Amino acid sequence: MSGELERERLFIRPEQWYSNQGISTLFSTRVEAIYPAEKQVITESGDNIAYEKLLLCTGSSPHTLPAEIGGKLKGVYILRSIADVEAMQPEFQAGRKLLIIGGGYIGLETAAVARKLGLKVIVLEMAKRILQRVAARETSDFFRQLHRSHGVDIRESTQMTRFTEQAGRVNGAELASGEKLEADLVLVGIGGTPNTSLAEQAGLDCENGIAVNETCQTSNPDIYAAGDCTSFVRNGQRIRLESVQNAADQGNLVARVLAGEQVSYQALPWFWSDQYDCKLQIAGLNIGYDQTVRRAGSKPDSQSIWYYRENRLIAVDAMNEPMAYAMGRKIIGAGLHPSQAQIADPNVDLKSLVN
Amino acid sequence: MAFITWKTKDGNEISVDVKDGLNLMEAATANNVPQIEGECGGCLSCATCHVFVDDQWLEKTGEVDEIEDTMLEMTDVERQHNSRLSCQIIAAPDLDGLVLFVPEPE
Ligand SMILES: Cc1cc2nc3c(=O)[nH]c(=O)nc-3n(C[C@H](O)[C@H](O)[C@H](O)COP(=O)(O)OP(=O)(O)OC[C@H]3O[C@@H](n4cnc5c(N)ncnc54)[C@H](O)[C@@H]3O)c2cc1C
Ligand code: FES
Repeated sequence: MSGELERERLFIRPEQWYSNQGISTLFSTRVEAIYPAEKQVITESGDNIAYEKLLLCTGSSPHTLPAEIGGKLKGVYILRSIADVEAMQPEFQAGRKLLIIGGGYIGLETAAVARKLGLKVIVLEMAKRILQRVAARETSDFFRQLHRSHGVDIRESTQMTRFTEQAGRVNGAELASGEKLEADLVLVGIGGTPNTSLAEQAGLDCENGIAVNETCQTSNPDIYAAGDCTSFVRNGQRIRLESVQNAADQGNLVARVLAGEQVSYQALPWFWSDQYDCKLQIAGLNIGYDQTVRRAGSKPDSQSIWYYRENRLIAVDAMNEPMAYAMGRKIIGAGLHPSQAQIADPNVDLKSLVN
Repeated sequence: MAFITWKTKDGNEISVDVKDGLNLMEAATANNVPQIEGECGGCLSCATCHVFVDDQWLEKTGEVDEIEDTMLEMTDVERQHNSRLSCQIIAAPDLDGLVLFVPEPE
């Protein structure tokens, strides 16, 4: 999006990598349906492909806003694929007004890129604070401050009621308060939904995603699923993650399961988000936290927030503090539970807590 | 352009010409070098691009900055004096001939 990398450098692996590995690929081919009884899938061009085992990695799709409030107007974008980026990028010109709906990672990362390119940016967040769904108040506070210091107008507890238009193109938005905002373009970053329609139509159990067990197997023993499209049980709760870590680790797990290994999905979640020169790195899962502990960083603009649940350490958000992330991954991964006092004390060397 | 060689424990060698400006994690994954995953796409958050640099080349590959130094604590195979995260090594003419060793779990 920032235009720093050429298109071919954005792929996880180049095209010829797959054939080198003996993997056949069919690009630009949509699967229309799965016939589990016949163990076949049908593509949109009508071809039948037989399988012994099937792996669904259909990902997730961003929510959009309804056409009735202007969600389908020209100049209103979502962000998921390279095509989305390519559609929006020509509009990223200095001085233009970008309105971002949603103060999650996608909205905030886009805000950072847009500010670097000289756009004027407003972020509207409906909840009380940005990142509310995924992070503690302290982390939200850090990023609000970061974005404001870069000139982003962040408005929380603010609801948009509809986009305004001129000749079919968005030119602003109306807020619940009645206030009107001008915009040259809009990005909607309000979360996503798992792509489960193939699975549902094939009769697989779905519950906020394609429901899988600890080996990523769906309710049909010959069908597996991995990545954003799945939901799985962690600590007694069915959850769904949208992260590179989860997609890669689940994919890897399925390969091992199909190769006959006795393995189950235990991988520790991790995530990152780069905004301006700030590196946020997260280890663990903060779901259900009941306490947070702030640990001052080694520099003025760095800190880490540690999440506890019933006095057990479950996750850490490290801001410009890779040591907290690296050690947090080790500590949580090893199932250790240092006390809140140890974590809060900057004189305690995190490395000493790993053993 | 730089001619880069990756050597694996079992004696295999992969050698390719790498375009200037590409980082060596990208170059490795594009050329089937085993063990190099590059899960975070080169933004210093995964440490899955760990390599050992041939001692003769250590100086030319440049300094390890603070973030990389910390992330080297997280590698699968324990770090050594010549460990680098290869997404931080950028191909350039003065790296022509560089030899890297791929860490492999025991
Ligand atoms: C802008 C943005 C920034 C992000 N930043 C981060 C980050 O910093 N860190 C992080 O960990 N994660 C990040 N993520 C999330 C991460 O990209 C996803 O979690 C990851 O891509 C999920 O991989 P996946 O394989 O499950 O799904 P996807 O990558 O979505 O792949 C699914 C694929 O399936 C195809 N497909 C779907 N249905 C069909 C069908 N019927 N027939 C054929 N093909 C089909 C789709 O076209 C798509 O190519 C980001 C996501 C976005 C959008
Ligand atoms: S690719 Fe993730 S740290 Fe190098």
